Amino acid sequence: MVATGSTSGLTGLLPELEIVRKDFPILERTFDAGSGERLPLVYLDSANTSQKPQIVIDTMVDHLERHNANIARAMHHLGAESTEAFEGGRDAVARFIGAPDRDEVIFTKNASEALNLVANTLMWARGDLRIGEGDEVVITELEHHSNIVPWQLLTERTGATLRWFGLTDDGRLDLSNIDELITERTKVVSLAWVSNMLGTILPIAEITRRAHEVGAIVVVDASQAAPQLPIDLAAMPAEERPDFLAFTGHKTVGPTGIGVLWGRRALLEQLPPFLGGGEMIATVRMEKSTYAGIPHKFEAGTPPIVEAVGLGAALDYLSHIGLDAIHAHEQAITAYALQGLATVPGVQVLGPLDASQRGGAISFELDGVHPHDIAQVLDSRGIAVRAGHHCAKPAHARFGVQASTRMSSYLYTTPAEIDALIEGLEYTRRYFKLA
Amino acid sequence: MSTELDSLYQDIILDHAKRKLNSGLREPYEAEVHHVNPTCGDEITLRVHLDGDVVQDISYENLGCSISSASVSVMTELLVGKTLDEVEPIHAAFLEMMRGKGQVEPDEDVLEDAVAFAGAAKLTARIKCALLGWMAFQDASAQARSDAPKETDK
Repeated sequence: MVATGSTSGLTGLLPELEIVRKDFPILERTFDAGSGERLPLVYLDSANTSQKPQIVIDTMVDHLERHNANIARAMHHLGAESTEAFEGGRDAVARFIGAPDRDEVIFTKNASEALNLVANTLMWARGDLRIGEGDEVVITELEHHSNIVPWQLLTERTGATLRWFGLTDDGRLDLSNIDELITERTKVVSLAWVSNMLGTILPIAEITRRAHEVGAIVVVDASQAAPQLPIDLAAMPAEERPDFLAFTGHKTVGPTGIGVLWGRRALLEQLPPFLGGGEMIATVRMEKSTYAGIPHKFEAGTPPIVEAVGLGAALDYLSHIGLDAIHAHEQAITAYALQGLATVPGVQVLGPLDASQRGGAISFELDGVHPHDIAQVLDSRGIAVRAGHHCAKPAHARFGVQASTRMSSYLYTTPAEIDALIEGLEYTRRYFKLA
Repeated sequence: MSTELDSLYQDIILDHAKRKLNSGLREPYEAEVHHVNPTCGDEITLRVHLDGDVVQDISYENLGCSISSASVSVMTELLVGKTLDEVEPIHAAFLEMMRGKGQVEPDEDVLEDAVAFAGAAKLTARIKCALLGWMAFQDASAQARSDAPKETDK
């Protein structure tokens, strides 16, 4: 259906791309072209959510069919199996990110909740973690809304000040004023590893080192990084290792409804609980409760059990293919896409133009056609992209753009699909009479 | 494939999206509103000038796709010069069509050129685009009628 033959010159593609594609049943979908002809799905919206391999679907179905029970409290066979499978998901996450300690891995509902967990517990923290007037929280202008709003809420509620790194014209972080931004007043630096809009890869190690020098806590939103960059927290020098790392399951070929917060043990132990309820307690009396140790302290209520099991299968699947290989594939496809986009008159790419410096999400404008209309025309050809502000309004505003069109590839994306996108854009220009 | 596309992007729509009738912000006005479509960031600032019961002017500035631009353009052409009583059934008919999941047969006598948006009504993702200007007008005209303060932000 989607051939890779025409682009054999591309290096870095996954050697078994056709076999990888067969792992993802949804890629077989076709749409009615209106004329009886069937259009194959060209899925270029993986930064929004990734598709799921059969092994994830099967693992989740198997859990529901054979092992379903609540965890950590059911005193029977199924309860034990379910608990084991759920905690196995946590082990898989710990392996995937190279967590120094598997109990530092906390399951949340998504990356937004993970970031809100950190911002909220910091808001309630006392002692040397307390944040108040005169303190500063530093973010960046390219953040997803989920890494902006929680910090706005924190600083508004504590009287602290929110500051941010600006961007250069080519979509990189402007580090020229880093000494004015990261100071003795800085309590938290929170930033994306890879931008969901511009694709920019941020210098996490450098910023973390600088933040640690002034005693600030570093929070990294790895929602776009976890799917495509190898992460090994334990291998990072301690001064360059973030204190918190958040990502979401559904972008790493796992299910929706589950996210991950990894945090440094000492900090997690020091922070107060987030949500109160079952599972997060040691003992409850009417007057006062004591809390469970990590990770359960931050996991009130019945967690997303089958989602954790599915996420474990997803991360093991990615690791089996290899994050280095996936990263190389993404870079090859991204370079090929940037090349193709450059041939379409009126296309302007937002963000770095060097594929080795960016992730696999490419936002662009097409002169004379609004992103919604582009997405609509592409959809009529079976091509799925995202149009809008991609939950990064400030980053769009920085470039004077109200909305953009975004294509985002993943390990199953073929060069032929990029060709289809480029042809689709040419067709869009003709459809709106620009060519 | 292009049949479905053509039923969405009818010539009337593409033409209005290009010409944007009555665009630009003008004086006088009794109410100004700012509406956004939070899912995509489309924006409109819209002013209403009433003379007694008559919609004398609808002026606006917008950023949006062809559907949202065309929709507000068609709306101004349809509503300016009519009394609020005459406007109401047209507005209601447009809302009914857009919220009817493509099942509502629009009355061309009432909606005139606005029937062209029947295609957009079938596409969940585009309904809000087509409604943005109309909802802004509804808000602004209600404020203008109740002598609300001039500057509002929504």
